[in-house]
Amino acid sequence: MKELRFAVKNTIPIFFTYLFIGIAFGILMSDAGYSVLLTTASSFFIFAGSMQLVMVPMMTSGASLLSLAVMAFFVNARHIFYGIGFIDKFRKMGWRYPYMILTLTDETYSVLCSVKYDEGLDEDKAAFLIAMLDHFYWVFGCFIGACAGRFFQFDMRGIEFSATAFFLVVVVNQWRQYRTRLPFLTAAVCALGFYLLLGKEYFLIPTLVSCVAALLFLRKPVEQQEGTADE
Amino acid sequence: MNNTMYPIAVIGVIAVVTWVLRAFPFLLFGNRPLPKVIRYLGKALPPAIMTVLVIYCLRDISFGQSPFGIPELAACALVVILQVVRKNMYLSIIAGTVCYMILIRVM
Repeated sequence: MKELRFAVKNTIPIFFTYLFIGIAFGILMSDAGYSVLLTTASSFFIFAGSMQLVMVPMMTSGASLLSLAVMAFFVNARHIFYGIGFIDKFRKMGWRYPYMILTLTDETYSVLCSVKYDEGLDEDKAAFLIAMLDHFYWVFGCFIGACAGRFFQFDMRGIEFSATAFFLVVVVNQWRQYRTRLPFLTAAVCALGFYLLLGKEYFLIPTLVSCVAALLFLRKPVEQQEGTADE
Repeated sequence: MNNTMYPIAVIGVIAVVTWVLRAFPFLLFGNRPLPKVIRYLGKALPPAIMTVLVIYCLRDISFGQSPFGIPELAACALVVILQVVRKNMYLSIIAGTVCYMILIRVM
């Protein structure tokens, strides 16, 4: 199973991130009095870390289903943008197609964006295993946290930085892969602009929308610099 | 709604909203051939999205009060330098995270 070995190797950073954030979520759920089964099921079906962490206090205070749906929409709206680059790839994956779409988290997206498949590897199989392993790490971490949270006494504060570090590594690798600098600069300008304008709670979605608009506007120079205009 | 049904309904609602968001571009284009402009966005968007994600992860920094974002910025600088020089993803992530975890405790 060289695909499995490849998938494990490429998801090790996600393993640590998901395990520790999953444990944190599991502890939060068990402290709030929810069962191990419910915690594990929520991680299996929702599979969106930040929304699940937001869900716990809302659920304990008995928030309405409508307000939870609206919250989920705003917290996860960024996912709308992730599929755009993978439509052709996932379509070709047959029975794996729906699974690939529904498990496209920030972390799986960034692995699939940056992974370099080895020669002679079944790419579809490797991509599927990457998605499945990430899903498994998340459910496993949440399960451990829900069952045995109170046995974790060591102070893991700051471990969540591993996700930031991973995203940063992907950006550095993309910086090397791409000849054009415009997508990076567009994103930095839009993000910082909307951050200053709207504040940290609300800048994400306007930033993503404006990146799409700006990159459409910059299509000619980007394609020229990247040399893909005739592709 | 009674006490056992409510959490199940909550999980169902959040899961469905999340799935619809993730499936949105796929539902939009169905099985039709992709327009050229979407193919272009598929290539040009990923570096932009990843850059935005990094900034989004750093949104809680407050430059106005101690420790002034120094742990985050120092750890990020270490990750970038290691990744540029050594090109070893595991080394960059582990060193950056350990550096961050130490700095938030000592500063």
